[in-house]
Order: sequence, then structure tokens, then C-alpha cells
Amino acid sequence: MLEVSGITQIFGGVTALDSVSFTIAKGDITGVIGPNGAGKTTLFNIITGIYQQTAGTVTLEGTDVTGLPPEKLARRAMVRTFQNIELFGGMTVLENVMVGMHTKSSSGLLACALKMPWSISEEKRIRAGAMKWLEFTGIVNLADHTAGSLPFGKGRLLEIARALAVEPRIILMDEPAAGLNSQETLGLARLIKQIRDLGITVVLVEHDMELVMDICDRIVVLNLGKKLAEGTPREIQENHAVIAAYLGDDD
Amino acid sequence: MKRDLLLFIAFAVLIMIAPQLFKGGYLMNVLVFVGINTMLAIALNLLLGYAGQISLGHAGFFGLGAYLSGILTTTYSLNPWVAMPAAALVVGCLAYLIGFPVLKLKGHYLAMATLGLGIIIYIVFNETVELTGGPSGLSGIPNLKLAGVTFDSDVKNYYLIWGFTLAVMLFALNLASSRVGRALRAVHDSEVAAQVLGVNSRVLKVQIFALSAIISSLAGSLYAHTMTFISPASFGFNFSIELLTMVVIGGLGSIYGSFLGAALLTLLPEILRGANDYDIIIYGALLMVMVMFMPGGLVRGIPDLYRKIVKQKKGAGHA
Repeated sequence: MLEVSGITQIFGGVTALDSVSFTIAKGDITGVIGPNGAGKTTLFNIITGIYQQTAGTVTLEGTDVTGLPPEKLARRAMVRTFQNIELFGGMTVLENVMVGMHTKSSSGLLACALKMPWSISEEKRIRAGAMKWLEFTGIVNLADHTAGSLPFGKGRLLEIARALAVEPRIILMDEPAAGLNSQETLGLARLIKQIRDLGITVVLVEHDMELVMDICDRIVVLNLGKKLAEGTPREIQENHAVIAAYLGDDD
Repeated sequence: MKRDLLLFIAFAVLIMIAPQLFKGGYLMNVLVFVGINTMLAIALNLLLGYAGQISLGHAGFFGLGAYLSGILTTTYSLNPWVAMPAAALVVGCLAYLIGFPVLKLKGHYLAMATLGLGIIIYIVFNETVELTGGPSGLSGIPNLKLAGVTFDSDVKNYYLIWGFTLAVMLFALNLASSRVGRALRAVHDSEVAAQVLGVNSRVLKVQIFALSAIISSLAGSLYAHTMTFISPASFGFNFSIELLTMVVIGGLGSIYGSFLGAALLTLLPEILRGANDYDIIIYGALLMVMVMFMPGGLVRGIPDLYRKIVKQKKGAGHA
């Protein structure tokens, strides 16, 4: 599904990522973990086209997508969420998700402004589609609220609903559990499994080990910009290098 | 959806019967300017209020529309109805080409670049004397004619200008509530999130910049054909700032707000004329007070104020 190979990122002399390679299988939930400063978010920003890497390639469904901007990746069914939820604060919850349908609609500027018949029927389809994703994430009752006024946990759900509206085949989530209470985290775990059940490949950067070990099929561990280990949750838990990286080495 | 349409129809009817209420006169001429300024404020609001991109050079696009229309109809004796869209097309293409490099800039840098653009255009109007007549202006621009009617009086011009203004309003209202309008507001709130969802923010910003320039050019052409005389002084930096003030005072991201802002800033100097030399002080103070107490602009501030008064009255009744 997604293959990163030899990703290196150098920020003014500091090597944030050093030749990281791994493959993510279709339909898996993959966790990317590592101590602070391991380069997880940098890696996400490179995969999703927000940063340009110094070296290395990203392959999505067999096509080289290295250096493609985020909006092109969205059209190739890859979408992401952000650690500090990036909502459109001045718009309603429903409108936020409707923006997610952007690539699934095509009325141009003139057609919209002149209210052409096809743009009106498309608008209905966008609204219905957006409502469907609000129902899926369980926040349909908030549809008319202003996104900026939502509590953090609901905002997180909205961001996921909005990303799903793109109809992705792969979704990358940057610390989806950050800032959530334990009840909300449980709900999130259920939601992520439901997303996987839709056939969507899920990749998440996460600090909440319980969540990662619970829902992930595979885990990639980064440390100091390098890949430290890769495997099933059980294998990772028993990996000495990983334990040393997290807890410090004895010698 | 239905409510939006009803509101617009009510507004349009009000505009159409307004001349009967005012019985012509000098005020009609001022109301023609309210219409032109409303178009310009809407154009700038699409860019600033919706897409979140500032321009301090819109007087330049307004002027280009006026001068292109003026020159094409006087020096080249073109029909005004041909000159207007031709001018709009040229200005639109120009804005599109300039937009790509300029809109890569953000915040203060974008403000500086568009400011420079406006000043360059202003200098061109002044210096290309053979073409524009230079500082002494361009006169003898023909009035528009339609089906045997020449738009040469204030009342006729009122209907002409407001016909166009209402069309621009409806156009902008439709656009604002569509997928394109949502994408614009999304770019405003979080450009990176909009991109991740598949919005090509770079192209979208340039498109709206060009559209905004086209509307401004149209307003410029109409200005030229109703005034029949234009000079560079009307298209300077001051006017760009005045347009910005209209948009902010009226309410960012609101089409009706642009009308309120344009109406207030056009009518206020006329109303204050009686205050002689103090008018500019009162004008400035009023604007300051409004920005301080109605940060969301008139379109949000007036309903808030109304609610507050109603609440106070109720409170007083109970006490």
C-alpha cells in the first residue's frame, strides 16, 4: 500500500531522519512510535507532502508519489489528521466535512456562482455525504455548531470525519489520542477499528502505548531519526533495543 | 437556502423602490456611488474576508477598468458594451498572471506587494499622457445606451449601476455558499488542512484574485461611463485604503456587510458636510468607535446591539 524507502531529512545540519525504510500493508493498522524527537511527525509531514525530504522515495499503491503536494495526494486517496487538530474554526461542523468532499465534487467557480443545475444537485450530494460521515463518527447532533467552539475531543472526531469524507484508501493520524481522556480514547480505538473495517489502511503516530498495543497490527519504532525495530505489538514489547530506547540503557 | 433567497429579493425590491422615496435630487448621485463602492467592497471581500488574502492595490484594478473602457470608447470609438467586457478580460488576465507570484506571499509581504502594484498602476495613469491624458484626466467618455435609452441622468444611472450591483451581489452570495466558497474559507482558517483535503489553495487564491480584479474592473468601467470623466486622483492609494475600511467596517466575510460598509463610508462624508472643518475628525472618531465596539463589523454589530437593547428593556420592565 505505502512504501517509504531511504527517507532522509536534514534540517540545517541536523539529521532528523536517517535513511528510514518500511512498508505498510493494505488493510493494516500500523503504529509509528518512538521517544520524543525520534522524527515521527517529520516522517508524517514528508509522507503527506508537507515537507520535501532531502533524500528517499515514497511509493503509494505502486506509484512513486515523492514530492507530490498534499492536494494531489488527496486525489490519490491519501489523507491525514494533525496533532493539534486543524479545524476550519469559523465554519460549522457540517461545512467542515463538506470541504472534505472537495475532491469528490467538481463544480467550478462560474458554475457555483451562477447556480447551474448540476452544481445545485452536486451541493445536495455533498451535504448528504457529509451527514453520513458525521453519523459514522457520532457527532451528527453537532452539525450546525461552529467548529471553533467544539470541545477538543469532539474536534478530534470532526477532523476524522472530515478526513473520511475524502474517501481515502489510506489515512495517517498524527497522535489522535493526544488530549483525549480515557473514555474518549476508548471510543477512538473503536472508531479506528471501524475505519479499518471499511477497508481503509490506517497509520498512526501515537504516544499512548496502551492504545497502540491494543489496536495496531504492526508497529514501526523510530529512535533518533533511525528505524529501531518493526514487528507485531508482541515482538516490539519483547525487543531489547526498544526497551532500552524507552527506559534508558543499563550500561 | 430559501431564507437566503427571500432576503435577497427583499433587498433588491428595497433598492428598486428607493428612488421613489428620495424623489431624485443630489442624493441619487450619491446612491450611484454607493452601488459602485458596494461592487468594489464585495470584490475585495471575496479576497480578504473569504480567502483571507489582503490587497492594498484594488483601486488600481478599479482604475484599469475605468481607463481601458474610457480609452477604448474615446480614442478607438468602440461601443461601451464591447469595451467593458474587453477591459474586464484584460484586467482579469493581468491579475491572473500577477497572482501566481504575488499570492505566494503572506501577510505583510502580500500587503506590500499589492500596495506596490496599486502605486505602479497609479503612476502609469499619470505618466502615459498620450494615452490617458495624464493628471488632467480623460473626458468625453460616452454614456451607456440600451434599447434606445441613454444612461445620462442620475436616476437612470441609479438603475443601471444597481442592476449590475445586485447581479454582482447575487453572484457573490451564490459563490460564498458553494463548494468554492467553503474551500476559500477553509484556506482562510487553515491552509494546510485545506490542502490535505484536496483543495489546490495556490490556484484557488489566484482564481479569486482574478475574479476580484474582474469585478473591480467592471465597477471601474461603469464609473467611467456614468461620470464621463476620469482622472488618476480617483484611483490612488487612498481609495484602496477606503475600500479596505468599507470591507472591515461592514464585516469581513459578509456580502451584505460589504453593502453596509460601502453605504456608510459613502454617505457619511455627505452627512457630515454640515460640520464644516470638523467632518474629518468626526468621521475618524466614528470609524474608531465602530472598530472598537463592533469588531465583527456592522453586519454582526448591529444585531448584537439590538439584542442588548431588547434585553435591557426587558430587564428594566421586570425591575
